[in-house]
Amino acid sequence: MNNLELRKIASQVRRDIVRMVAAVNSGHPGGSLGCADFLTFLYFEWMNFNSKEFSMDGKNEDLFFLSNGHISPVWYSVLARAGYFPVNELNTFRKLSSRLQGHPSTDKKLPGIRMASGSLGQGLSVGIGAAQVKKLNGDDSIVYTLHGDGELQEGQIWEAAMYAAANKVDNIIATIDYNGRQIDGDVDDVLSLGNLELKWQAFGWEVFNMNGHDFENMRSVMNEAKNFCGKGKPVVIIMKTEMGQGIDYMMGTHKWHGSAPNAEQLQVALNQLEETLGDY
Amino acid sequence: MEIEVLGNKDTRSGFGEGLAELGRKNPNVVALCADLIGSLKMDAFKNENPDRFFQVGIAEANMIGLAAGMTIGGKIPFTGTFANFSTGRVYDQIRQSVAYSQKNVKICASHAGLTLGEDGATHQILEDIGMMRMLPNMTVIVPADFNQTKQATIAIADHQGPVYLRFGRPVMPIFVKPDAKFVIGKADVLNEGTDVTIIACGHLVWKSIEAVKTLAEQGISAELINMHTIKPLDEEAILKSVSKTGCVVTAEEHMMHGGLGDAVAQVLARNLPSPHEYVAVNDSFGESGTPMELMAKYGIDTINVVDAVKKVIGRKG
Repeated sequence: MNNLELRKIASQVRRDIVRMVAAVNSGHPGGSLGCADFLTFLYFEWMNFNSKEFSMDGKNEDLFFLSNGHISPVWYSVLARAGYFPVNELNTFRKLSSRLQGHPSTDKKLPGIRMASGSLGQGLSVGIGAAQVKKLNGDDSIVYTLHGDGELQEGQIWEAAMYAAANKVDNIIATIDYNGRQIDGDVDDVLSLGNLELKWQAFGWEVFNMNGHDFENMRSVMNEAKNFCGKGKPVVIIMKTEMGQGIDYMMGTHKWHGSAPNAEQLQVALNQLEETLGDY
Repeated sequence: MEIEVLGNKDTRSGFGEGLAELGRKNPNVVALCADLIGSLKMDAFKNENPDRFFQVGIAEANMIGLAAGMTIGGKIPFTGTFANFSTGRVYDQIRQSVAYSQKNVKICASHAGLTLGEDGATHQILEDIGMMRMLPNMTVIVPADFNQTKQATIAIADHQGPVYLRFGRPVMPIFVKPDAKFVIGKADVLNEGTDVTIIACGHLVWKSIEAVKTLAEQGISAELINMHTIKPLDEEAILKSVSKTGCVVTAEEHMMHGGLGDAVAQVLARNLPSPHEYVAVNDSFGESGTPMELMAKYGIDTINVVDAVKKVIGRKG
């Protein structure tokens, strides 16, 4: 897919995100907007999957696990736009009896989701387990995971990181949404991650850096990362993003991590985002 | 009561044998262990199925997440570590990635309760049954002896959904027949009686067998139920028995709060309010000692079952 088409889809995804959170006056727009380009790229250009006949086992499909489940709006929008479920269902987000729970879940059987997430730090372990089973099953697809940078403060992430390297799990590509912000402020002020690249290297991972808003760079880094799979080492991509990307007043601050815009703010946001695929 | 002792073994060895048998007959079974292969008796499975065995190291949270992920693609993961590290340490991982996500993970927990012995209270979890039975979608099984633990291990592989399987370390008498069929959620009536119903699980089943013999010598007729499945609970068996005897004693190697006793009490309170005495640890941590010393000191021994029976019979109208 060319970059212009991807940009158009991502613009619609951003519209979906702000409309979803504004409609229920809750949810997490900041990180969702920051990852809109990456998830658009994954689902519209990169991964191999069957959105028409969703299967929990996902045999011979690439798998994606969202470990930082609070950015569910971007995932729901991309899943719907990629054909997993009707786009109109986005208007049920966070409402009673919806399949689109505040944080992703499997119990209401929303196609595209294979694991609940929300309590942070668990998705890397899950992805590694799924990757090991792909090897046992002779399935050479890739497992992708996405984590917040603040999420790396959870200890389980580093248990999983140590395990994957020690066991040469080389069919997983983990991605860090490196926006430098979390609920209470800048990650550096809350609990600094130190030198993230050196940390992952010390844990035995091959590290790539990527610009999460540049499709050309994404394509080239993802190619490199995928080509590195099968070489006996797990792969992590530190993806630089801007929380709130695409809406001027939401960028440059942690304030919109978990706050929804009001009606007036929503209109300002929508004026900055082209409607390309039709609003839900 | 006709109970034949068939030998003496630890329940964890029943798990190890059951897991090994599963390894031979079910290619989808995989096993994970957090640095306690010997203690969990997982050596045979590991040696026979090296590609399906995963040594996780001392990282239980990661182990639960890995196991949840391994269900995706059709595997049936069995995790093995001590009961304390299988539950309290990883409650949130089990809650989100296993129970809420409805993953087919079998959490197999050894060294449960006081009978872990000399290691002391840090390792003697007495709250695990309560924590696990509070989780929606979770099945909770506490088999009574070596044979039953082996049978339960094999049975849970065919059950779709999360299971907590709790067993222990001490060598105890074997009394369940080696060819008995283990049915999840179906209690075993070991002795029929008329004066009192004793409902026990785990090591307290043997203690209750001893108590029933003592009581019989004193002219008291006790019905004994081995409640190996705490959830789903066999309510029918409880109500059928207590409607006949009119009172109940529950016996478990667990905290008084939240365990088998409370599960039974809920059924009776709603359907058939009846005098009920608990044989359980009363709001206390354990300590170092031999298993049998600890059972005596913390009031979960044969004599405690006998005393509870006499007390509860005295409370009948």
